[in-house]
Amino acid sequence: MDLIAPLIVATLRISAPYLWASLGGWYSERSGIVNLALEGMLLHGALACVLAAHACEQAGASGAVAAWAGIAAAILAGALTGALHAAACVAAKGDQITSGIAINLLAAGVTKLVLTLVFGSASNSARIAGLEPWAIPGLAHWGVTRVLFCTPLVLFAAVAVAGSEFVARRTRFGLRLHAAGEMPRAVQAAGVSVAGLRWRAVLLGGALAGVGGAWLALDQHQFTAGISNGRGFIALAALIFGKWTPRGAAAACLLFGAAEAMQIQLQAHGTGIPTQFVQMLPYVVTLVALAGAIGRAHPPAALGRADE
Amino acid sequence: MTAPALELAGITKRYPGVLACDAVDFRVEPGSVHALVGENGAGKSTLMSIACGLVAPDAGTVHIGGELLGRRGPARARALGLGMVHQHFLLVPTLSVADNVVLGREPGRLGAYDRAAAEARVRATALRYGFDLDPRARVGDLSVGEQQRVEIVRVLDTGARVVILDEPTAVLVPQETAELVRILRDLAAAGHAIVFISHRLPEVRAIADTITVLRGGRVVETLAARAASEANLARAIVGRALAAPVVARARSVAGAVLELTDVRTAGTRGALQGVSLTVRAGEIVGVAGVEGNGQQALLRSVLGLETPRSGSIRFAAHDVTHTGVAERRRRGMAYVSDDRLGEGLVPEMTLAENLLLSTPQSDALGWRGFLRPAAWRARAAAILDAAAVRPARADRDARTLSGGNQQKVVLGRELAGAPRLLVLGQPTRGVDVGGIEFLHAQILSARDAGAAVLLVSADLAEIRALADRVVVLYGGQLRGPLDIDAATPERLGRLMLGAEDVA
Amino acid sequence: MNRRAAWVAAIVAPALAVLAALATGALLAAALGRNPFEIYALLGRETFGSWYGLGQVLFKATTLAATGLAAAMAFRAGLFNVGAEGQLYLGGLAAAVAALTLPPACPAVLAIPVTLVAAAAAGAAWAGVAGVLRARLGVHEVIATILLNFIAMALGSWILVTHFAQFETLHTAEIPAAARWARLESVWPAFRGAPLNGAAWLVLVLSGACVVLLWHTRWGFEVRAVGASEKAARAAGIPVRRRLFEAMAVSGALAGLAASNFVQGYKYYFEDGFTAEAGFRGLAVALLARSHPLGIVPAAILFGALDRGGFVLSQKVPKEFADILQALVLLFVVVLQPGLRRFMERRQSLEGRE
Repeated sequence: MDLIAPLIVATLRISAPYLWASLGGWYSERSGIVNLALEGMLLHGALACVLAAHACEQAGASGAVAAWAGIAAAILAGALTGALHAAACVAAKGDQITSGIAINLLAAGVTKLVLTLVFGSASNSARIAGLEPWAIPGLAHWGVTRVLFCTPLVLFAAVAVAGSEFVARRTRFGLRLHAAGEMPRAVQAAGVSVAGLRWRAVLLGGALAGVGGAWLALDQHQFTAGISNGRGFIALAALIFGKWTPRGAAAACLLFGAAEAMQIQLQAHGTGIPTQFVQMLPYVVTLVALAGAIGRAHPPAALGRADE
Repeated sequence: MTAPALELAGITKRYPGVLACDAVDFRVEPGSVHALVGENGAGKSTLMSIACGLVAPDAGTVHIGGELLGRRGPARARALGLGMVHQHFLLVPTLSVADNVVLGREPGRLGAYDRAAAEARVRATALRYGFDLDPRARVGDLSVGEQQRVEIVRVLDTGARVVILDEPTAVLVPQETAELVRILRDLAAAGHAIVFISHRLPEVRAIADTITVLRGGRVVETLAARAASEANLARAIVGRALAAPVVARARSVAGAVLELTDVRTAGTRGALQGVSLTVRAGEIVGVAGVEGNGQQALLRSVLGLETPRSGSIRFAAHDVTHTGVAERRRRGMAYVSDDRLGEGLVPEMTLAENLLLSTPQSDALGWRGFLRPAAWRARAAAILDAAAVRPARADRDARTLSGGNQQKVVLGRELAGAPRLLVLGQPTRGVDVGGIEFLHAQILSARDAGAAVLLVSADLAEIRALADRVVVLYGGQLRGPLDIDAATPERLGRLMLGAEDVA
Repeated sequence: MNRRAAWVAAIVAPALAVLAALATGALLAAALGRNPFEIYALLGRETFGSWYGLGQVLFKATTLAATGLAAAMAFRAGLFNVGAEGQLYLGGLAAAVAALTLPPACPAVLAIPVTLVAAAAAGAAWAGVAGVLRARLGVHEVIATILLNFIAMALGSWILVTHFAQFETLHTAEIPAAARWARLESVWPAFRGAPLNGAAWLVLVLSGACVVLLWHTRWGFEVRAVGASEKAARAAGIPVRRRLFEAMAVSGALAGLAASNFVQGYKYYFEDGFTAEAGFRGLAVALLARSHPLGIVPAAILFGALDRGGFVLSQKVPKEFADILQALVLLFVVVLQPGLRRFMERRQSLEGRE
């Protein structure tokens, strides 16, 4: 119990940002738009969160209020980044992969620029209070339940996964999203705007990925340059690994989070294994899982095709 | 008298360099089936796109049920009660029948989707028109004929009073066509107006009340179906009398070139379940059958894209069961795919480059791993010239050509090496009449030059025009062979649907 | 689209994108309270305005051109090699290790090629892992290469730290003089002080070699056919899996060779973190050049100039200003290219087709 509980707690903590980004990617890719811009969305979300939270704290707001303002700002920033991606890919019908790479480059530059201008340092921001776990009477002392039920963004991530599954199966939007990613001309023929669906999907996806960015900032109580550290790409790997379903992506994110949590535990306990090999662990696990018997995934048929 | 269900008046549409429609008048009465016939490029598609509101005409008006369509696009056309069944189905294969039918008009409140209600709605529509459809089936699992019924149900579900069907029989076997005819007659009897686009004359005469012939963007004539003879229609469509169909049968048949012995392939759907077949030099063996009965597995096994689970394949006196495509091609196998833009050509490459896309060609036109651009450009020009592709410029991307010209390029490439075996998958699908004539002549002359030809096609007319012997592929097994003269459409159709053969 | 229209689109779109990026950058500069003309004048003066500046630009462009070629080679096979970063890293390590293990008497004619081969082989091997995963197991190469980047960094850093690092540093010893490129200043004194070196020639040769390989050999034709349509390639008898693997390996070799500029031409040692995201930015260079080896060189020079610009402008604006310009160039290419392509096609169809 002493070893397992912290591992589960760490797994949930670490998985959360992957999960948000992965869900964000799901909406976009389900509609047929490749989303390599998740990394940029995480970065923008994290920075916006810190800026808003910091401003609120300066204005005298409590840490929690500031944190929620930060989350709201992150949602907005993520959605705006999504808007940029949608403008390039849906409106201008540009290449989706290139757009994603360009947005990531842009986000790397913009976040550092703003960091320098606002906080006078190119590496990290001022500290913010972050988000305290909710105190639910009776559950406070249970480590795992505490993280699962009391840390709002973990709880909401679980809700978001369930919600996205519901969207996929039981809503008009979900049905049309699926059709837009598989056979856009069928959607068009049904009198529904494919571009409109894709815009909404990419914006929504950006907003969700923005929350992932907010989680990173709140968890570390600050913004550091390159805070996303490749998580957007891993989230995309999780999406592919999860065969383009919210629940599959969530499972993949948990797997990756567990591997990373294990890595941290191993490093903390000192096992004699060189640090570098321990650091590799999550990536090796993911690679082996992808290569292993999990089976081929079938991406949405129209994924990445701009002309339809 | 009531207003016509659909009336197009004085429609003119000009595309850069082409006058697609030239002052076309076209009207369809409620309760009637009106056939629109003409060659590819005659303006049928443009005209129907205009009727659907997808394309705005340069001049002229569209009235649906007496209401002016105006320029408000497809949504307005739908609202006025016009629906279209597309030739290439606009269905999402990964969704269910019900999902596909209600897409865009889903039942449910507050954004939720009530799938049970959708299924009930589809069941009701299917019942009313006597369709056999399971609303929960995945569309990708359905046969082509069933998918077409899904399309029709979808159009009816929108409340359409005018139904346009674009080449609906191109993919059907005779019995399925008969079923479609019954459905269309029922719909007409229920007061719907049906527009039926086709270039297959016998069925046009069987289905339609009225026939309109388009040529070069103009209406050549509109006449009662009873008054039309096939010869007259053909002349009207092409603008000249067609040469009598080629009936040159094989003259000298030599030894076996391809022998399949009890070939079985992996998988269940569309796998071969023990196929034995011999194709001899100088003959054309036609493989008829409804798509999805193993055609892909047969083509893939013969070419070497797929290794059989058991059984053996001999080609040109060698056991090639376990060899790849390149080796079989080197031994003289040539292949024209039914997936022209997927397997036949690389659309984004130039014609010259596309002509290198076969092992013997790139063997012949290279030097120690280097290409000899001059040599293959000259070869390309020669092939384009022989195939009468105008302009014969080899530096164009393949995708800029019409379907017929693309297929001429593919066949030209595959015949360039004087192959021993020519494997053909639906070689003239989507090709216009003139192109078909050319391609058929090429195929026949390759046979007469001694090539063995394996023709896999769902188009019975084509099989009957070319083949010397016919086999039928059903459920992964072959039935036959029949001598071509014994292979009447009815008999083939029965075999294609799995019924017992009664000669 | 015919050849001419394709060429026009390939040149006009990036040119317009650069102008649009500069215009947007001007707004940004103004928002930062700077005179954009002053900024751009400074940028121009310090990059193409002096031999020293030009030398710096070309030095930076050399690495980017090599990683750009790596990305382009993979693109042509329909592969997306996001792993150039890791391949570059391991290429650099292998180059240093090979050069350090050479016998002292080894002449330059031997030492330089051996070092290069080591760099190329390491990059190819690492990319080959992704190639095998893709060709044999169907693992998407984007994901595989990203994961392999992290693994390469950890693995390389372990090898460095346990075997080759100098005391209390994260770099190896200096490689012998025989394995070093000559600086261009030694033949062209105008470049004095700039680290531009023989690797620049190597990259020019490589870009020419890529053109020959892709358009004048059967292998290159087959790779491009696989990239454009795997199905058609398979039906034509092209060994698709093998070509995918080979293209990935060649791409990795090019990325590995990019390390030569730093290891053999600049610092003369391998250092942890020397890649400075050149692997990732190679993707941007290749995308800007539409994956044409001849477009890579000018695209790399543009990005090299902006790299240098970040440094020289840092007295006026934060150095990220230049990074943002790079991103904007790429973003505007994405936005402008499809429109331009449609425009060219429409014009062509007006001129009459078929």
